[in-house]
Amino acid sequence: MVAKRIIPCLDVRDGRVVKGTNFEGIQDVADPVEMAKYYNDTGADELVFYDITASFENRGLFTDILLRTAAQVFIPLTVGGAINDVSDFERVLSCGADKVSVNSGAIRDPSLIDRAARRYGDQCVVLSMDVKRVDGAFRIFAKGGRVDTGLDALDWAHEGQERGAGELVVNSIDTDGVKRGFDLEMLAEMAKRVTIPIIASGGAGCMEDFKTLFTQVPQVDAGLAASIFHRKEVPLPQLKRYLAAQGIPMRILREGEEQ
Amino acid sequence: MIAIIDYGVGNLYSLSHSLTSLGIENVVTRDEAVIDRADKLILPGVGAFGDARRKLADTGMDRALLKKAREGTPLLGICLGMQLLFEKSYEYGEHPGLSLIQGEICPLEKDIPKGMKVPHIGWNPLVFTGESPLLKYIRPGDSVYYVHSFYAKGAGKAVKAASEYHVMVPGLVQKDRVYGTQFHPEKSGPVGLQILRAFGEV
Repeated sequence: MVAKRIIPCLDVRDGRVVKGTNFEGIQDVADPVEMAKYYNDTGADELVFYDITASFENRGLFTDILLRTAAQVFIPLTVGGAINDVSDFERVLSCGADKVSVNSGAIRDPSLIDRAARRYGDQCVVLSMDVKRVDGAFRIFAKGGRVDTGLDALDWAHEGQERGAGELVVNSIDTDGVKRGFDLEMLAEMAKRVTIPIIASGGAGCMEDFKTLFTQVPQVDAGLAASIFHRKEVPLPQLKRYLAAQGIPMRILREGEEQ
Repeated sequence: MIAIIDYGVGNLYSLSHSLTSLGIENVVTRDEAVIDRADKLILPGVGAFGDARRKLADTGMDRALLKKAREGTPLLGICLGMQLLFEKSYEYGEHPGLSLIQGEICPLEKDIPKGMKVPHIGWNPLVFTGESPLLKYIRPGDSVYYVHSFYAKGAGKAVKAASEYHVMVPGLVQKDRVYGTQFHPEKSGPVGLQILRAFGEV
């Protein structure tokens, strides 16, 4: 039985993790490498790094962070942000990423999914999407959720799968930041249309929200969140123990392994 | 010194770093002289079987590897690298493997109910089905990280640990000094590191 995954997401801008953080025992709370190491040691099942670097000049800073992270983090690492071409896949994979997440780049040129999947395998291509309700339908928004593309989210998810995406990260703009739970209605619709793993994002505010996610939409494979983990509003090791106690399959580190 | 065989597939960075973090000397190489001197070999791999098998042949790495394996040098295949140790694979056609372990690599899809997801991605606990020095530092129920769409069938007693995904997926196989893991020990957190540590000690 495959465990449900809990995935912290680190938004990195100009070499620093953005979104407020509150860590004990970490010298530099905004250092992505330190933070990734902390999550590796406390039982995160996977990590996602989004490069939201504003300037081209600072892109090298990000690849340096990836290299340093990959030297100390021994769980799967997904990298997204500014992935517009197969050469961007190469750039982050060669620095230690295991999977690459595409969003706007795939909306602009959907063949990017096919080309990357053929070259690196389906398991390497994660299609990430920002979804918002418009006139009763689920639409894909681009540019960090600012622009309505007119694309139907369910159709786009299905197309992504057919083109070779190995996983989906589905972020609900409607619930993101509200902290009143994941977008169960949208995720359930999504699960009817695709068979590849779904990573739910947007809306988690407490431990119960994860339990509700995995029990109400059992097809969802993973829950992703950022600031609630960074701020320890929902401490990750506690969350996993709580979910395991609720009967949800979880990978729990043994005593002594958690550092 | 462990030689990690570089034949142009996959990212070997984290594998090398995980060994380094354990204090195990290692080198990523396709130099036959280096491979010849190595105490142990690791055959990594992601991607498609046929393509990887061709690259192994084109780089001459298959000969170097088989020679060492016959001499009794411990060899660990990881993920696709494990699959390559078997006799044959049915991924996009039919391809001969290295035949170091009996069995065939078959599509998971045909053996699990419709609606179950392929690839099999994620953390899955191990059930021990035999004995292996690689299991020395871990316990039944410990979870490891899988990403694959094909799996080994007919491996019989070579299967030392497995994970349930409707079928029992061979996770760790061993025939004499030839070892294989379908999961990625270098991505399986502390449990994976303990498996690599044990390989470093065989």
